[in-house]
Amino acid sequence: MLRLECLRSVYSDLEDYLVVTIMGAVAAELQSLGHRPNFFYLQHAMGLASSTGLGLALCLPNQRVIVFDGDGSLLMNLGSLTTMARYRPKNLTHVVFDNESLLSVGGFPTATSTGTDLEGIARSAGIPRAVTVRDIESFGPAIRDAAQSWELTTIVAKVEATGPSGYVTDLSLLENRFQFRRYIQSLKQQ
Amino acid sequence: MPVSLANSKLVYEALKECDIHLVSALPETWLVHLIRMAEEDPKMTLVRLAKEEEAVGIAAGAHFAGVKSALLMQNHGFLAAINGIVSFAHLYKIPLLMLISYRGSFGEKDPWQTQGGNVTEPLLRALRIPYIFLDNVDTIRKRIRQAQTLAESSLQPVAILLMRDLMWEE
Repeated sequence: MLRLECLRSVYSDLEDYLVVTIMGAVAAELQSLGHRPNFFYLQHAMGLASSTGLGLALCLPNQRVIVFDGDGSLLMNLGSLTTMARYRPKNLTHVVFDNESLLSVGGFPTATSTGTDLEGIARSAGIPRAVTVRDIESFGPAIRDAAQSWELTTIVAKVEATGPSGYVTDLSLLENRFQFRRYIQSLKQQ
Repeated sequence: MPVSLANSKLVYEALKECDIHLVSALPETWLVHLIRMAEEDPKMTLVRLAKEEEAVGIAAGAHFAGVKSALLMQNHGFLAAINGIVSFAHLYKIPLLMLISYRGSFGEKDPWQTQGGNVTEPLLRALRIPYIFLDNVDTIRKRIRQAQTLAESSLQPVAILLMRDLMWEE
């Protein structure tokens, strides 16, 4: 399963969400499908995309929030699963693209390549819904099931360790950050 | 426990006056009353963390959502949060109001706190994080207000150092 195809299959659904991604391939591939003002790409601070999603979800309880995390990033902040599980915001969906590697720095294998099971860790941390998806036909439905369940959900999507040729895009980090905040403030005024 | 309840209350009230609606925290002795006050306050969202660096992401999410927040941590927790501070808060210009208990300085009896005390201010200066001391009841409200004003206007992290003379009664 390709991450880009996963993102493409839910791209139209993302209109209803505030979207937070990790750096590297996830950010570049989502931007390649077309940037929107409700997308925020955390281009560093590995591990904190899920924490950012948690902050958004707790402060905007009626707004759907989705985080596109990765195995390398989540492994740097496993405690985040326990914090998310503690407050279990119903409006938060946490997707982990697990390619079993740190792709953007040369493809070094992460611990999921040697058997670490992120779905199991998420469930044991107390995340109320945790699933693993292995084929593209199941990815979109898993996202929609999570939305329909109105429960905090972690979806581990097993994807191939391939990505775009480069990661730098023409969207500046600060432009993205100010546009994202302004978009949220405009939602609140509606 | 000789943590000052009265002064903790003044600090908490000053945060409330700054319109803080979310506090993320990791417990430490000097912060126990502040965390309990946040927990008992129905108008405050308290996020108990596993590690302090999470607080940077949570504060950024709150900022994007238009909610003012504060971070409660020990100085060793500040050390644990530094990558998040640099590669999120500084990189993306996120205001952080960090209340940091300054352990390991003059009067410290716990040997394990002492190294962190030595490096707290040098690290704040190296990171160019503006900081101010809270060591006197008369300046609590004013300094917390000033710190939050600077964080919001400069869109950067600022630190309020909670000092022994304020937090501890012996």
